[in-house]
Amino acid sequence: MVISTEHLTYTYSAGTPFEKVAVRDVSLTIGGGEMVGVIGHTGSGKSTLIQHLNGLLKPTSGRVLLDGKDIWAAGPDIRQVRFHVGLVFQYPEYQLFEETVYKDIAFGPKNMGLDDKEIDKRVHEAAEFAGFPTDLLDKSPFELSGGQKRRAAIAGVIAMEPDILILDEPAAGLDPRGRNKILQQIREYHAFTGNTVLLVSHSMEDVANFADKILVMNNAEVFAYDTVERVFARSEELKKIRLSVPQVTNVFHRLAADGLPVPENVYTVPYAKKKLLRLLGKGGRSDA
Amino acid sequence: MLKDITIGQYFPGHSVVHRMDPRMKLILTIFYIVILFVVSNPFGFIPSVLFLAGAYMVAKIPVKMIARSIKPILPIILFTSILNLFFINGDSVIFTLGPLHMTWQGVYTAFRMALRLVLLIAGTSLMTYTTSPISLTDAIEQLLGPLKLVHFPVHELAMMMSIALRFIPTLVEETDKIMSAQKARGADMESGGLIHRAKALVPILIPLFLSACRRAEDLALAMECRCYRGGEGRTRMKQLHYSQLDFMGLLITVILLAVVIVLNLIPMPFLNWLM
Repeated sequence: MVISTEHLTYTYSAGTPFEKVAVRDVSLTIGGGEMVGVIGHTGSGKSTLIQHLNGLLKPTSGRVLLDGKDIWAAGPDIRQVRFHVGLVFQYPEYQLFEETVYKDIAFGPKNMGLDDKEIDKRVHEAAEFAGFPTDLLDKSPFELSGGQKRRAAIAGVIAMEPDILILDEPAAGLDPRGRNKILQQIREYHAFTGNTVLLVSHSMEDVANFADKILVMNNAEVFAYDTVERVFARSEELKKIRLSVPQVTNVFHRLAADGLPVPENVYTVPYAKKKLLRLLGKGGRSDA
Repeated sequence: MLKDITIGQYFPGHSVVHRMDPRMKLILTIFYIVILFVVSNPFGFIPSVLFLAGAYMVAKIPVKMIARSIKPILPIILFTSILNLFFINGDSVIFTLGPLHMTWQGVYTAFRMALRLVLLIAGTSLMTYTTSPISLTDAIEQLLGPLKLVHFPVHELAMMMSIALRFIPTLVEETDKIMSAQKARGADMESGGLIHRAKALVPILIPLFLSACRRAEDLALAMECRCYRGGEGRTRMKQLHYSQLDFMGLLITVILLAVVIVLNLIPMPFLNWLM
Protein backbone atom coordinates (compact mmCIF):
# COMPACT_ATOMS: atom_id res chain seq x y z
CA MET A 1 0.00 0.00 0.00
CA VAL A 2 1.32 3.43 -0.94
CA ILE A 3 0.85 6.26 1.51
CA SER A 4 1.53 9.84 0.56
CA THR A 5 0.92 13.39 1.73
CA GLU A 6 0.28 16.48 -0.36
CA HIS A 7 1.18 19.89 1.06
CA LEU A 8 0.25 18.68 4.52
CA THR A 9 0.16 21.49 7.09
CA TYR A 10 -1.01 21.28 10.68
CA THR A 11 -1.40 24.14 13.17
CA TYR A 12 -1.93 23.58 16.89
CA SER A 13 -4.26 25.85 18.89
CA ALA A 14 -5.05 28.08 15.93
CA GLY A 15 -6.27 31.51 16.99
CA THR A 16 -4.77 31.56 20.50
CA PRO A 17 -1.43 32.91 21.75
CA PHE A 18 -0.24 29.28 21.84
CA GLU A 19 -0.62 28.88 18.07
CA LYS A 20 2.15 26.79 16.56
CA VAL A 21 2.73 25.27 13.16
CA ALA A 22 3.76 21.68 13.84
CA VAL A 23 4.02 20.47 10.26
CA ARG A 24 4.49 22.75 7.27
CA ASP A 25 3.83 21.85 3.64
CA VAL A 26 4.96 18.25 3.73
CA SER A 27 4.67 16.30 0.50
CA LEU A 28 6.11 12.82 0.37
CA THR A 29 5.36 9.33 -0.86
CA ILE A 30 6.19 6.11 0.92
CA GLY A 31 6.02 3.11 -1.38
CA GLY A 32 4.72 -0.30 -0.42
CA GLY A 33 7.17 -2.52 1.47
CA GLU A 34 9.65 0.21 2.28
CA MET A 35 11.43 0.51 5.61
CA VAL A 36 11.75 4.20 6.42
CA GLY A 37 13.57 5.72 9.35
CA VAL A 38 12.17 9.01 10.62
CA ILE A 39 14.58 11.32 12.40
CA GLY A 40 14.33 14.77 13.93
CA HIS A 41 14.71 16.71 17.14
CA THR A 42 11.97 16.86 19.75
CA GLY A 43 9.38 19.26 18.39
CA SER A 44 10.49 18.88 14.79
CA GLY A 45 7.03 17.65 13.85
CA LYS A 46 7.70 13.96 13.36
CA SER A 47 5.12 12.80 15.92
CA THR A 48 2.51 15.15 14.48
CA LEU A 49 3.28 13.93 10.98
CA ILE A 50 2.85 10.24 11.81
CA GLN A 51 -0.45 10.91 13.56
CA HIS A 52 -1.75 12.25 10.26
CA LEU A 53 -0.87 9.07 8.44
CA ASN A 54 -3.53 7.03 10.27
CA GLY A 55 -6.07 9.80 10.54
CA LEU A 56 -5.70 10.61 14.23
CA LEU A 57 -5.12 14.23 13.30
CA LYS A 58 -6.91 16.00 10.49
CA PRO A 59 -4.69 18.24 8.37
CA THR A 60 -5.26 21.98 8.71
CA SER A 61 -4.61 22.04 4.98
CA GLY A 62 -3.35 19.51 2.47
CA ARG A 63 -4.23 15.85 2.04
CA VAL A 64 -3.17 12.40 3.15
CA LEU A 65 -3.58 9.74 0.47
CA LEU A 66 -3.76 6.00 0.92
CA ASP A 67 -3.31 4.26 -2.44
CA GLY A 68 -4.18 7.56 -4.06
CA LYS A 69 -7.43 8.07 -2.13
CA ASP A 70 -7.87 10.94 0.31
CA ILE A 71 -8.40 9.30 3.71
CA TRP A 72 -10.74 12.10 4.82
CA ALA A 73 -12.87 11.95 1.67
CA ALA A 74 -14.02 8.39 2.33
CA GLY A 75 -16.72 9.42 4.78
CA PRO A 76 -17.18 9.01 8.48
CA ASP A 77 -15.41 5.70 9.00
CA ILE A 78 -11.85 6.79 9.50
CA ARG A 79 -11.39 3.62 11.56
CA GLN A 80 -10.86 1.62 8.36
CA VAL A 81 -7.78 3.74 7.72
CA ARG A 82 -6.48 2.94 11.19
CA PHE A 83 -6.76 -0.79 10.50
CA HIS A 84 -4.59 -0.33 7.41
CA VAL A 85 -2.08 1.98 9.04
CA GLY A 86 -1.06 0.69 12.48
CA LEU A 87 0.52 3.21 14.83
CA VAL A 88 2.51 2.24 17.91
CA PHE A 89 2.95 5.25 20.15
CA GLN A 90 5.94 6.10 22.28
CA TYR A 91 5.87 4.15 25.56
CA PRO A 92 2.95 2.03 24.29
CA GLU A 93 2.93 -0.02 27.50
CA TYR A 94 0.95 2.79 29.15
CA GLN A 95 -2.03 1.93 26.96
CA LEU A 96 -2.44 -1.63 28.34
CA PHE A 97 -5.68 -2.01 30.24
CA GLU A 98 -7.14 -5.51 29.96
CA GLU A 99 -7.09 -8.27 32.58
CA THR A 100 -4.86 -10.46 30.47
CA VAL A 101 -2.28 -9.83 27.80
CA TYR A 102 -4.29 -12.01 25.45
CA LYS A 103 -7.36 -9.79 25.78
CA ASP A 104 -5.29 -6.69 25.36
CA ILE A 105 -3.70 -7.89 22.13
CA ALA A 106 -7.17 -8.96 20.97
CA PHE A 107 -8.57 -5.44 21.52
CA GLY A 108 -7.62 -4.21 18.03
CA PRO A 109 -8.79 -7.29 16.09
CA LYS A 110 -12.03 -7.27 18.11
CA ASN A 111 -12.67 -3.68 17.09
CA MET A 112 -12.26 -4.83 13.50
CA GLY A 113 -15.16 -7.21 14.06
CA LEU A 114 -13.25 -10.42 13.41
CA ASP A 115 -14.49 -13.80 14.66
CA ASP A 116 -12.94 -15.54 17.67
CA LYS A 117 -10.99 -18.08 15.63
CA GLU A 118 -9.33 -15.41 13.52
CA ILE A 119 -8.64 -13.31 16.62
CA ASP A 120 -6.99 -16.26 18.33
CA LYS A 121 -4.77 -16.88 15.32
CA ARG A 122 -3.80 -13.23 15.08
CA VAL A 123 -3.03 -12.87 18.78
CA HIS A 124 -0.60 -15.76 18.65
CA GLU A 125 1.03 -14.61 15.44
CA ALA A 126 1.37 -11.03 16.68
CA ALA A 127 2.85 -12.15 19.99
CA GLU A 128 5.42 -14.15 18.06
CA PHE A 129 6.28 -11.25 15.75
CA ALA A 130 6.74 -8.94 18.71
CA GLY A 131 8.82 -11.52 20.55
CA PHE A 132 6.32 -11.91 23.37
CA PRO A 133 6.49 -15.34 25.05
CA THR A 134 3.16 -17.04 24.27
CA ASP A 135 3.03 -18.86 27.61
CA LEU A 136 2.62 -15.48 29.33
CA LEU A 137 -0.49 -14.55 27.34
CA ASP A 138 -2.82 -15.36 30.23
CA LYS A 139 -0.97 -13.13 32.68
CA SER A 140 -2.11 -9.67 33.69
CA PRO A 141 -0.19 -7.05 31.72
CA PHE A 142 0.65 -5.36 35.00
CA GLU A 143 2.69 -8.32 36.23
CA LEU A 144 5.12 -8.14 33.34
CA SER A 145 8.56 -6.57 33.11
CA GLY A 146 9.00 -3.31 31.21
CA GLY A 147 10.34 -4.97 28.08
CA GLN A 148 7.56 -7.56 28.05
CA LYS A 149 4.91 -4.87 28.45
CA ARG A 150 6.41 -3.04 25.48
CA ARG A 151 6.27 -6.19 23.36
CA ALA A 152 2.69 -6.90 24.39
CA ALA A 153 1.67 -3.39 23.38
CA ILE A 154 3.45 -3.63 20.02
CA ALA A 155 1.77 -7.00 19.44
CA GLY A 156 -1.56 -5.26 20.07
CA VAL A 157 -1.04 -3.17 16.93
CA ILE A 158 0.57 -5.90 14.81
CA ALA A 159 -2.47 -8.12 15.52
CA MET A 160 -4.56 -5.83 13.34
CA GLU A 161 -2.27 -6.87 10.47
CA PRO A 162 -1.84 -3.35 9.14
CA ASP A 163 -0.32 -2.87 5.70
CA ILE A 164 1.74 -0.05 7.08
CA LEU A 165 3.24 -0.20 10.57
CA ILE A 166 4.49 2.98 12.21
CA LEU A 167 6.50 2.79 15.42
CA ASP A 168 7.35 5.90 17.45
CA GLU A 169 10.60 5.27 19.32
CA PRO A 170 9.83 1.60 19.99
CA ALA A 171 13.12 1.14 21.83
CA ALA A 172 12.99 4.26 24.04
CA GLY A 173 13.84 3.67 27.67
CA LEU A 174 14.96 0.06 27.22
CA ASP A 175 18.40 -1.29 28.08
CA PRO A 176 20.81 -1.87 25.17
CA ARG A 177 19.99 -5.55 24.90
CA GLY A 178 16.25 -4.90 24.97
CA ARG A 179 16.70 -2.20 22.31
CA ASN A 180 18.55 -4.50 19.95
CA LYS A 181 16.09 -7.30 20.46
CA ILE A 182 13.06 -5.17 19.72
CA LEU A 183 14.65 -3.58 16.66
CA GLN A 184 15.75 -7.00 15.44
CA GLN A 185 12.19 -8.24 15.88
CA ILE A 186 10.87 -5.33 13.84
CA ARG A 187 13.35 -6.05 11.08
CA GLU A 188 12.26 -9.68 11.00
CA TYR A 189 8.63 -8.61 10.90
CA HIS A 190 9.43 -6.38 7.93
CA ALA A 191 11.37 -9.09 6.13
CA PHE A 192 8.70 -11.72 6.75
CA THR A 193 5.54 -9.78 5.97
CA GLY A 194 6.95 -7.39 3.39
CA ASN A 195 4.80 -4.61 4.88
CA THR A 196 5.81 -0.98 4.97
CA VAL A 197 7.45 0.00 8.25
CA LEU A 198 8.12 3.51 9.53
CA LEU A 199 10.51 3.69 12.43
CA VAL A 200 10.79 6.96 14.35
CA SER A 201 14.04 7.17 16.24
CA HIS A 202 16.55 9.52 17.81
CA SER A 203 19.39 7.21 17.07
CA MET A 204 21.24 7.54 13.79
CA GLU A 205 22.79 4.15 14.43
CA ASP A 206 19.41 2.43 14.67
CA VAL A 207 18.17 4.09 11.51
CA ALA A 208 21.35 3.31 9.60
CA ASN A 209 21.11 -0.31 10.70
CA PHE A 210 17.49 -0.86 9.84
CA ALA A 211 16.13 1.52 7.25
CA ASP A 212 16.30 1.69 3.46
CA LYS A 213 15.32 5.32 3.39
CA ILE A 214 15.52 8.17 5.86
CA LEU A 215 13.10 11.02 6.43
CA VAL A 216 14.72 13.91 8.30
CA MET A 217 12.36 16.44 9.85
CA ASN A 218 13.57 19.84 10.97
CA ASN A 219 11.51 22.82 12.18
CA ALA A 220 8.19 21.33 11.03
CA GLU A 221 9.51 20.76 7.51
CA VAL A 222 11.04 17.88 5.60
CA PHE A 223 14.77 18.45 5.59
CA ALA A 224 15.62 15.36 3.58
CA TYR A 225 13.87 12.25 2.37
CA ASP A 226 16.15 9.89 0.52
CA THR A 227 18.15 6.69 0.71
CA VAL A 228 20.44 6.16 3.68
CA GLU A 229 23.58 6.76 1.59
CA ARG A 230 22.36 10.02 0.09
CA VAL A 231 21.12 11.42 3.41
CA PHE A 232 24.30 10.64 5.30
CA ALA A 233 26.37 12.02 2.42
CA ARG A 234 25.03 15.41 3.55
CA SER A 235 26.72 15.07 6.93
CA GLU A 236 27.86 18.71 7.02
CA GLU A 237 24.30 19.96 6.54
CA LEU A 238 23.04 17.49 9.14
CA LYS A 239 25.53 18.86 11.64
CA LYS A 240 24.23 22.35 10.97
CA ILE A 241 20.76 21.36 12.16
CA ARG A 242 22.41 19.65 15.15
CA LEU A 243 21.82 16.13 13.93
CA SER A 244 24.71 13.78 13.45
CA VAL A 245 25.64 10.88 11.25
CA PRO A 246 26.37 7.52 12.91
CA GLN A 247 29.52 7.55 15.02
CA VAL A 248 31.19 4.97 12.83
CA THR A 249 30.62 7.21 9.79
CA ASN A 250 32.37 10.04 11.60
CA VAL A 251 35.30 7.75 12.33
CA PHE A 252 35.59 6.85 8.67
CA HIS A 253 35.37 10.50 7.59
CA ARG A 254 38.27 11.30 9.89
CA LEU A 255 40.27 8.33 8.62
CA ALA A 256 39.68 9.47 5.07
CA ALA A 257 40.68 13.01 6.00
CA ASP A 258 43.93 11.59 7.37
CA GLY A 259 44.60 10.16 3.95
CA LEU A 260 43.72 6.52 4.54
CA PRO A 261 42.11 4.74 1.60
CA VAL A 262 38.73 4.07 3.23
CA PRO A 263 35.28 4.61 1.73
CA GLU A 264 33.17 7.43 3.20
CA ASN A 265 29.84 5.65 2.84
CA VAL A 266 30.14 3.48 5.94
CA TYR A 267 27.10 3.55 8.22
CA THR A 268 27.02 0.32 10.14
CA VAL A 269 29.54 -1.35 12.44
CA PRO A 270 29.65 -4.78 10.69
CA TYR A 271 30.36 -3.12 7.35
CA ALA A 272 33.00 -0.92 8.99
CA LYS A 273 34.65 -3.97 10.51
CA LYS A 274 34.84 -5.66 7.13
CA LYS A 275 36.42 -2.60 5.51
CA LEU A 276 38.91 -2.08 8.32
CA LEU A 277 39.98 -5.72 8.32
CA ARG A 278 40.53 -5.59 4.58
CA LEU A 279 42.52 -2.39 4.95
CA LEU A 280 44.64 -3.87 7.72
CA GLY A 281 45.10 -7.11 5.79
CA LYS A 282 46.20 -5.16 2.73
CA GLY A 283 48.53 -3.02 4.81
CA GLY A 284 50.06 -6.15 6.35
CA ARG A 285 50.73 -7.66 2.95
CA SER A 286 52.36 -4.57 1.52
CA ASP A 287 54.59 -4.28 4.59
CA ALA A 288 55.82 -7.82 4.18
CA MET B 1 -9.83 17.93 20.91
CA LEU B 2 -9.51 17.66 24.64
CA LYS B 3 -6.80 20.29 24.63
CA ASP B 4 -9.35 22.97 23.90
CA ILE B 5 -10.96 22.63 27.31
CA THR B 6 -10.42 25.74 29.39
CA ILE B 7 -10.28 25.34 33.14
CA GLY B 8 -9.56 28.78 34.46
CA GLN B 9 -7.45 29.22 31.39
CA TYR B 10 -4.59 31.65 31.85
CA PHE B 11 -4.11 34.05 28.94
CA PRO B 12 -0.50 35.26 29.18
CA GLY B 13 0.20 38.96 28.79
CA HIS B 14 1.93 41.97 30.32
CA SER B 15 -0.94 44.39 30.72
CA VAL B 16 -1.63 46.47 33.81
CA VAL B 17 -4.20 43.90 34.90
CA HIS B 18 -1.73 41.05 34.45
CA ARG B 19 0.85 42.86 36.55
CA MET B 20 -1.42 43.51 39.51
CA ASP B 21 -0.83 41.61 42.72
CA PRO B 22 -2.85 38.38 42.61
CA ARG B 23 -4.08 39.02 46.17
CA MET B 24 -5.50 42.36 45.10
CA LYS B 25 -7.08 40.81 42.02
CA LEU B 26 -8.73 38.22 44.20
CA ILE B 27 -10.00 40.85 46.64
CA LEU B 28 -11.25 43.07 43.82
CA THR B 29 -13.01 40.15 42.19
CA ILE B 30 -14.88 39.42 45.41
CA PHE B 31 -15.53 43.16 45.73
CA TYR B 32 -16.97 43.21 42.23
CA ILE B 33 -19.27 40.28 42.99
CA VAL B 34 -20.54 42.18 46.05
CA ILE B 35 -21.13 45.25 43.89
CA LEU B 36 -23.18 43.20 41.45
CA PHE B 37 -25.49 42.21 44.27
CA VAL B 38 -25.68 45.72 45.66
CA VAL B 39 -26.96 47.08 42.35
CA SER B 40 -30.70 47.43 42.69
CA ASN B 41 -31.63 49.67 39.83
CA PRO B 42 -31.10 49.34 36.09
CA PHE B 43 -28.85 52.36 35.88
CA GLY B 44 -26.48 50.77 38.40
CA PHE B 45 -25.62 48.14 35.78
CA ILE B 46 -24.28 50.72 33.36
CA PRO B 47 -21.15 51.64 35.36
CA SER B 48 -20.70 47.94 36.29
CA VAL B 49 -20.67 46.92 32.63
CA LEU B 50 -18.42 49.82 31.67
CA PHE B 51 -16.00 48.97 34.49
CA LEU B 52 -15.67 45.36 33.34
CA ALA B 53 -15.47 46.27 29.66
CA GLY B 54 -12.72 48.74 30.51
CA ALA B 55 -10.85 46.13 32.51
CA TYR B 56 -11.08 43.64 29.63
CA MET B 57 -9.82 46.28 27.21
CA VAL B 58 -6.87 47.18 29.43
CA ALA B 59 -6.04 43.50 29.87
CA LYS B 60 -6.25 43.00 26.07
CA ILE B 61 -8.36 39.86 26.42
CA PRO B 62 -10.29 39.23 23.20
CA VAL B 63 -14.07 39.56 23.45
CA LYS B 64 -14.52 36.03 22.16
CA MET B 65 -12.93 34.75 25.37
CA ILE B 66 -15.87 36.21 27.32
CA ALA B 67 -18.26 34.32 25.08
CA ARG B 68 -16.24 31.19 25.66
CA SER B 69 -16.45 31.45 29.43
CA ILE B 70 -20.19 32.12 29.37
CA LYS B 71 -21.05 29.28 27.00
CA PRO B 72 -21.04 26.50 29.64
CA ILE B 73 -23.52 28.33 31.91
CA LEU B 74 -25.79 29.44 29.09
CA PRO B 75 -28.41 26.78 29.96
CA ILE B 76 -28.54 28.05 33.55
CA ILE B 77 -28.98 31.62 32.38
CA LEU B 78 -31.74 30.63 29.98
CA PHE B 79 -33.47 28.50 32.61
CA THR B 80 -33.53 31.20 35.27
CA SER B 81 -34.58 33.79 32.71
CA ILE B 82 -37.54 31.72 31.57
CA LEU B 83 -38.60 31.00 35.15
CA ASN B 84 -38.38 34.67 36.01
CA LEU B 85 -40.26 35.70 32.90
CA PHE B 86 -43.34 33.70 33.84
CA PHE B 87 -43.34 33.41 37.60
CA ILE B 88 -42.72 36.94 38.82
CA ASN B 89 -45.94 38.43 40.08
CA GLY B 90 -46.73 41.96 39.08
CA ASP B 91 -49.51 44.16 37.95
CA SER B 92 -48.33 45.35 34.55
CA VAL B 93 -49.29 42.18 32.72
CA ILE B 94 -48.20 41.87 29.10
CA PHE B 95 -50.17 38.75 28.29
CA THR B 96 -51.66 35.68 29.96
CA LEU B 97 -51.34 32.15 28.70
CA GLY B 98 -53.38 29.78 30.85
CA PRO B 99 -51.82 29.84 34.31
CA LEU B 100 -48.79 31.79 33.04
CA HIS B 101 -48.56 35.56 33.22
CA MET B 102 -45.84 37.57 31.64
CA THR B 103 -45.40 40.91 33.33
CA TRP B 104 -43.06 43.83 32.79
CA GLN B 105 -41.72 43.11 36.27
CA GLY B 106 -40.91 39.60 35.14
CA VAL B 107 -39.14 40.81 32.02
CA TYR B 108 -37.11 43.22 34.09
CA THR B 109 -36.17 40.61 36.71
CA ALA B 110 -35.22 38.10 34.05
CA PHE B 111 -33.04 40.67 32.34
CA ARG B 112 -31.46 41.73 35.63
CA MET B 113 -30.68 38.14 36.68
CA ALA B 114 -29.24 37.23 33.29
CA LEU B 115 -27.06 40.32 33.19
CA ARG B 116 -25.91 39.71 36.74
CA LEU B 117 -24.92 36.13 35.95
CA VAL B 118 -23.09 37.16 32.80
CA LEU B 119 -21.17 39.87 34.62
CA LEU B 120 -20.41 37.48 37.46
CA ILE B 121 -18.86 34.93 35.13
CA ALA B 122 -17.12 37.51 32.96
CA GLY B 123 -15.71 39.22 36.06
CA THR B 124 -14.32 36.11 37.67
CA SER B 125 -13.06 34.87 34.30
CA LEU B 126 -11.07 38.07 33.89
CA MET B 127 -9.20 37.18 37.05
CA THR B 128 -8.37 33.66 35.88
CA TYR B 129 -7.48 34.88 32.40
CA THR B 130 -4.96 37.34 33.78
CA THR B 131 -3.59 35.41 36.75
CA SER B 132 -1.59 32.23 36.43
CA PRO B 133 -3.02 29.42 38.57
CA ILE B 134 0.16 29.24 40.61
CA SER B 135 0.11 32.90 41.64
CA LEU B 136 -3.59 32.49 42.37
CA THR B 137 -2.92 29.73 44.89
CA ASP B 138 -0.12 31.85 46.35
CA ALA B 139 -2.63 34.63 46.83
CA ILE B 140 -5.16 32.29 48.40
CA GLU B 141 -2.54 30.94 50.78
CA GLN B 142 -1.58 34.41 51.94
CA LEU B 143 -5.10 35.72 52.20
CA LEU B 144 -6.16 32.71 54.25
CA GLY B 145 -3.03 33.09 56.41
CA PRO B 146 -4.91 34.30 59.49
CA LEU B 147 -6.80 30.97 59.61
CA LYS B 148 -3.54 29.30 60.68
CA LEU B 149 -4.27 30.68 64.14
CA VAL B 150 -7.18 28.27 64.43
CA HIS B 151 -4.98 25.43 63.11
CA PHE B 152 -6.54 25.40 59.68
CA PRO B 153 -3.99 23.71 57.31
CA VAL B 154 -3.69 26.68 54.97
CA HIS B 155 -0.35 25.77 53.49
CA GLU B 156 -1.30 22.16 52.86
CA LEU B 157 -4.50 23.25 51.20
CA ALA B 158 -2.65 25.69 48.96
CA MET B 159 -0.04 23.05 48.13
CA MET B 160 -2.75 20.58 47.17
CA MET B 161 -4.38 23.19 44.98
CA SER B 162 -1.10 24.04 43.27
CA ILE B 163 -0.38 20.38 42.62
CA ALA B 164 -3.87 19.74 41.32
CA LEU B 165 -3.65 22.76 39.02
CA ARG B 166 -0.17 21.81 37.93
CA PHE B 167 -1.34 18.35 36.91
CA ILE B 168 -4.50 19.28 35.03
CA PRO B 169 -2.66 20.02 31.78
CA THR B 170 -0.43 16.98 32.25
CA LEU B 171 -3.38 14.67 32.76
CA VAL B 172 -5.28 16.24 29.89
CA GLU B 173 -2.30 15.63 27.66
CA GLU B 174 -2.00 12.10 28.97
CA THR B 175 -5.70 11.45 28.33
CA ASP B 176 -5.26 12.74 24.82
CA LYS B 177 -2.34 10.43 24.27
CA ILE B 178 -4.10 7.35 25.65
CA MET B 179 -7.21 8.17 23.61
CA SER B 180 -5.10 8.43 20.48
CA ALA B 181 -3.37 5.16 21.26
CA GLN B 182 -6.68 3.34 21.74
CA LYS B 183 -8.17 5.00 18.66
CA ALA B 184 -5.16 3.78 16.72
CA ARG B 185 -6.27 0.29 17.75
CA GLY B 186 -9.71 0.98 16.38
CA ALA B 187 -11.48 1.98 19.60
CA ASP B 188 -14.78 3.57 18.68
CA MET B 189 -15.66 6.42 21.02
CA GLU B 190 -17.84 8.57 18.84
CA SER B 191 -20.81 6.35 18.13
CA GLY B 192 -23.21 4.00 19.90
CA GLY B 193 -25.57 4.33 22.82
CA LEU B 194 -24.89 5.35 26.38
CA ILE B 195 -23.77 1.93 27.59
CA HIS B 196 -21.52 1.44 24.58
CA ARG B 197 -19.91 4.81 25.20
CA ALA B 198 -19.44 4.14 28.90
CA LYS B 199 -17.77 0.85 28.05
CA ALA B 200 -15.56 2.60 25.53
CA LEU B 201 -14.16 4.69 28.39
CA VAL B 202 -12.65 1.70 30.20
CA PRO B 203 -9.59 1.45 27.93
CA ILE B 204 -8.90 5.10 28.69
CA LEU B 205 -9.72 5.31 32.38
CA ILE B 206 -7.65 2.34 33.53
CA PRO B 207 -4.37 3.51 31.99
CA LEU B 208 -5.14 7.06 33.12
CA PHE B 209 -5.67 6.07 36.77
CA LEU B 210 -2.55 3.97 36.74
CA SER B 211 -0.50 6.80 35.37
CA ALA B 212 -1.98 9.29 37.85
CA CYS B 213 -1.01 6.99 40.72
CA ARG B 214 2.45 6.55 39.29
CA ARG B 215 2.88 10.29 38.96
CA ALA B 216 1.65 10.89 42.51
CA GLU B 217 4.16 8.40 43.82
CA ASP B 218 7.00 9.94 41.83
CA LEU B 219 6.07 13.41 42.98
CA ALA B 220 5.86 12.38 46.64
CA LEU B 221 9.27 10.78 46.36
CA ALA B 222 10.77 13.83 44.65
CA MET B 223 9.32 16.14 47.31
CA GLU B 224 10.68 13.99 50.07
CA CYS B 225 14.12 13.88 48.42
CA ARG B 226 14.13 17.65 48.63
CA CYS B 227 13.21 17.51 52.31
CA TYR B 228 9.72 18.94 52.00
CA ARG B 229 8.14 19.03 55.45
CA GLY B 230 5.10 21.26 54.99
CA GLY B 231 4.76 24.97 55.42
CA GLU B 232 6.48 25.45 58.76
CA GLY B 233 9.33 27.97 58.39
CA ARG B 234 9.18 27.88 54.61
CA THR B 235 10.22 31.02 52.75
CA ARG B 236 9.18 31.83 49.22
CA MET B 237 11.12 32.70 46.13
CA LYS B 238 8.49 35.04 44.74
CA GLN B 239 7.44 37.56 47.35
CA LEU B 240 4.17 39.33 46.71
CA HIS B 241 4.18 43.11 47.01
CA TYR B 242 1.35 45.56 46.60
CA SER B 243 2.26 48.35 44.21
CA GLN B 244 0.68 51.64 43.24
CA LEU B 245 -1.13 49.77 40.50
CA ASP B 246 -3.00 47.71 43.06
CA PHE B 247 -4.13 50.73 45.03
CA MET B 248 -5.28 52.38 41.81
CA GLY B 249 -7.35 49.31 41.06
CA LEU B 250 -8.78 49.36 44.57
CA LEU B 251 -9.58 53.07 44.28
CA ILE B 252 -11.40 52.61 40.97
CA THR B 253 -13.43 49.72 42.37
CA VAL B 254 -14.35 51.69 45.49
CA ILE B 255 -15.49 54.57 43.28
CA LEU B 256 -17.60 52.07 41.31
CA LEU B 257 -19.20 50.91 44.55
CA ALA B 258 -19.88 54.50 45.56
CA VAL B 259 -21.45 55.29 42.19
CA VAL B 260 -23.65 52.19 42.38
CA ILE B 261 -24.82 53.05 45.91
CA VAL B 262 -25.57 56.64 44.93
CA LEU B 263 -27.54 55.43 41.90
CA ASN B 264 -29.47 53.11 44.21
CA LEU B 265 -30.38 56.00 46.48
CA ILE B 266 -31.56 58.44 43.80
CA PRO B 267 -35.34 58.15 43.65
CA MET B 268 -36.51 57.18 40.17
CA PRO B 269 -40.29 57.42 40.23
CA PHE B 270 -40.51 56.85 36.45
CA LEU B 271 -39.28 53.31 37.08
CA ASN B 272 -41.90 52.43 39.65
CA TRP B 273 -43.93 50.40 37.20
CA LEU B 274 -40.97 48.00 36.91
CA MET B 275 -40.31 47.43 40.57
